[in-house]
Amino acid sequence: MKKNKVIKFFTESNKAFTLISILLGFIIGGLILWFSGFNPFTAYAVIFKGIFSKPSYISYTIIRSTPLILTGLSVAFAFRTGLFNIGAEGQYIVGSAAAALAGYYIQLPAVLLIPLVILIAIISSGIWGAIAGLLKSKYGIHEVISTIMLNWIALYLQNYITKIKGFAKPNSEASKFIQDAANITFFDNWKHSDKGMAWLNNHHFAKEILRTPANFGIIIAILCALLVWIILNKTTLGYKLRAVGFNKEAARYAGINIEKYMIISMFISGSLAGLAGALHVMGVSHNITNLSAMEGYGFDGIAVALIGSNAAFGTIWSGFLFGALKYGGTKIQPFMGAPSEIISIMIGTIVFFISMPNIIKISLNKILLKNKKRGEDVK
Amino acid sequence: MENKKMPALEMRNITKKFGDFVANDNLNLIVQKGEVHALLGENGAGKTTLMNILYGLYTPTSGDIFLNGVRTNILNPKIAIENKIGMVHQHFMLVKNFTVTENIILGKEKKNKLGKLLLRKSKKDIVALSKKYGLLVNPDDKIEDITVGMQQRVEILKALYRGADILILDEPTAVLTPQEIKELGIIVKNLTAEKKSIIFISHKLKEITQFADRCTIIRRGKLIDTLNVTDVTEHELASKMVGREVNFKIEKKKANPQKPILKIENLVVKNNMGLVAVNKLSLEVKAGEILGIAGIDGNGQSEFVEAITGLRKAESGKFSISEVDLTNKTPREIFLNKVAHIPEDRQKFGLVMDFSVKENFILQTHSYAEFSDKGFLKNKNVEDFANKLVAKFDVRPTNINKKARDLSGGNQQKVIIAREVTHDPQLLIAVQPTRGLDVGAIEFVHKSLIKQRDEGKAVLLVSLELDEVMNIADRIAVIFEGEIVGIVDAKKADINQLGLMMSGGKL
Repeated sequence: MKKNKVIKFFTESNKAFTLISILLGFIIGGLILWFSGFNPFTAYAVIFKGIFSKPSYISYTIIRSTPLILTGLSVAFAFRTGLFNIGAEGQYIVGSAAAALAGYYIQLPAVLLIPLVILIAIISSGIWGAIAGLLKSKYGIHEVISTIMLNWIALYLQNYITKIKGFAKPNSEASKFIQDAANITFFDNWKHSDKGMAWLNNHHFAKEILRTPANFGIIIAILCALLVWIILNKTTLGYKLRAVGFNKEAARYAGINIEKYMIISMFISGSLAGLAGALHVMGVSHNITNLSAMEGYGFDGIAVALIGSNAAFGTIWSGFLFGALKYGGTKIQPFMGAPSEIISIMIGTIVFFISMPNIIKISLNKILLKNKKRGEDVK
Repeated sequence: MENKKMPALEMRNITKKFGDFVANDNLNLIVQKGEVHALLGENGAGKTTLMNILYGLYTPTSGDIFLNGVRTNILNPKIAIENKIGMVHQHFMLVKNFTVTENIILGKEKKNKLGKLLLRKSKKDIVALSKKYGLLVNPDDKIEDITVGMQQRVEILKALYRGADILILDEPTAVLTPQEIKELGIIVKNLTAEKKSIIFISHKLKEITQFADRCTIIRRGKLIDTLNVTDVTEHELASKMVGREVNFKIEKKKANPQKPILKIENLVVKNNMGLVAVNKLSLEVKAGEILGIAGIDGNGQSEFVEAITGLRKAESGKFSISEVDLTNKTPREIFLNKVAHIPEDRQKFGLVMDFSVKENFILQTHSYAEFSDKGFLKNKNVEDFANKLVAKFDVRPTNINKKARDLSGGNQQKVIIAREVTHDPQLLIAVQPTRGLDVGAIEFVHKSLIKQRDEGKAVLLVSLELDEVMNIADRIAVIFEGEIVGIVDAKKADINQLGLMMSGGKL
């Protein structure tokens, strides 16, 4: 009887179901490692240690997760309002380019400059997203098509920007660095000063953390998740957006201007992805480079949203999972020669099972049925 | 007479549980060869569950199925088809851009040794089959180009092509026009003449007395009775189905019409193909009266309603509510002028199915000060409001956090009616308000409409069910090819006269 309750919980609860998919991802990833001649337990131990064994590792994991949480939120927000934003990648690029430009050119004290740079990045990437919303509502162009095209436009736009005279760093493929006043990395100046280095040599833990570009980004990302949750569930704006997402016809009939809210939704979605780019520039890279290919934060956001069930807080957890695996996965190559691509296979497997919920549900229901029959026979 | 015949189908002691919910409780069903056996019950009574068990879509928790006296385990639809059982679902399962022939042979294609599809040969077979049963179709037409009635024929042919001897028709008349229903009756006769058995799922009593030989009645998963249709009246069937006395004749007082609320002058509306669907239509609906619009489906009713609810553009002409011109205004502006609307397709236009009941109640009013403050929803007020409406309109289940999707059709309609009449409208537009509802829910809807009328509201009822219009309306306007061809007093209306007008005959 207890067993049945457990199975029932797993077949009916969304969270448990996601956990099963993740577990299956680990099992299948392990099998593939095993078939390729590596001990999966050793590999997972290496990944685990690579994430948690040192403060700097944990810090890197968080840094890796920050943009993924935000692009995940971006995709999830659009999903919840009935739109499929494949353009998080391009919006991320526009956000980072805008932040790099604003952070380099605008002269203001840090208290004012940091919010202003973020605001400019949010608005530019929001507009980038809203273009797709506008194209959809005015001309019926599907957002998947338009956002994919906007991704490439964004990529070449950034490559053009990195070549602007005065902004481009001479003899390199990158732009100049943003000013210190726009930098959100923890104690970035101090930790490189003689005084800072001397202090850090006596404080091992802090030194470990500050060795990494640890920054305020994660706090902003988590606040954004909270904000998204409030907008969707507590405000009339979110109510309208969800109504449009679930049933356009009923929303139109009820007097909601669905074209307007489609554009608003894409603006918010775009600005979340752009914020990810801006925080990366302000906290980690401090400049932008000439891109030869997409970096993939936006595309990964699709998987993050999916694993997080398109829920605001689910996205935080799945962003962390994704970031941890991506960062920890890089460790198995140098340590045991196993390909770190195994992480992509695992993530692919997880997404695969989450996209086909019925496979797990049906097989669990069969077990449930068998147990029940056995129980009846005993009676 | 022969000796006692072996029944074509016997379902014995069928029980089906979903968790703690018993959908079928020890049901028995016996269907003879060549008979039309109706399965009667309200929505959610367990008719479809029982048929899904027969068709192998569900396995019963307990009970046995005998086909021609042989116990058969029907584990999946494939086994059902092999055992000559065919099912025509309420929502057709056809490939829209395939031809009739391609759809019928799908899954049972004729091939030569090299695997080449023998389309021409199949077409011949289909033509022969359709002639045999009077199911005339053009085998080369694409599904998307033919009428719903034709599509149903294709579905029946699909089952016959697979050799079905027992044919399950799930609510077959729900989508048909009166003419098509008549034609279906002829097809059913042809089929039974060839000793095919037909199981006819319905909750429309009139059709059961028209079509069926015998009838099995189910209520809340339990078997109530199996009887010869000729032995009972519609009224008796209804009481057995609902479990209490049902009023067919709606009690209503004499109408007390006041000043006109809705005034329509020379309205012209085009359909999706750019053709004139509503042609210079003029009409008035007064406060305190129900004006019924009778007509055969596709005579401009949908376009007409869409135009006066702001969902479709009017080409010319105008309409006003209490002297306020609302021609080509947005749905919002029309709503704000106190027009309520019970739409034809409640799941598409009336409700957000994935929203909870309470969220659906505030679809138009969520921005009002009562429910929101500076952009934030006042959840407490929304819940109080929802609980009040759920109690007043007897929506079940009473949980306001349940999704609309999880409610029965009748309760979904109650949610819409509750929401719409609570806005205190001047005009209530109800389109096919009882479509797909069971007897109990129909009674509720009708009473609500009359109550609105008695409270001095103008009510515009558009329905394809002539009985409904004749019972509920005070005046009946007949629409034909987008024009009102005549308005008659409901008390003096004659069904033959109305039928003639509906098909374009002049008085």
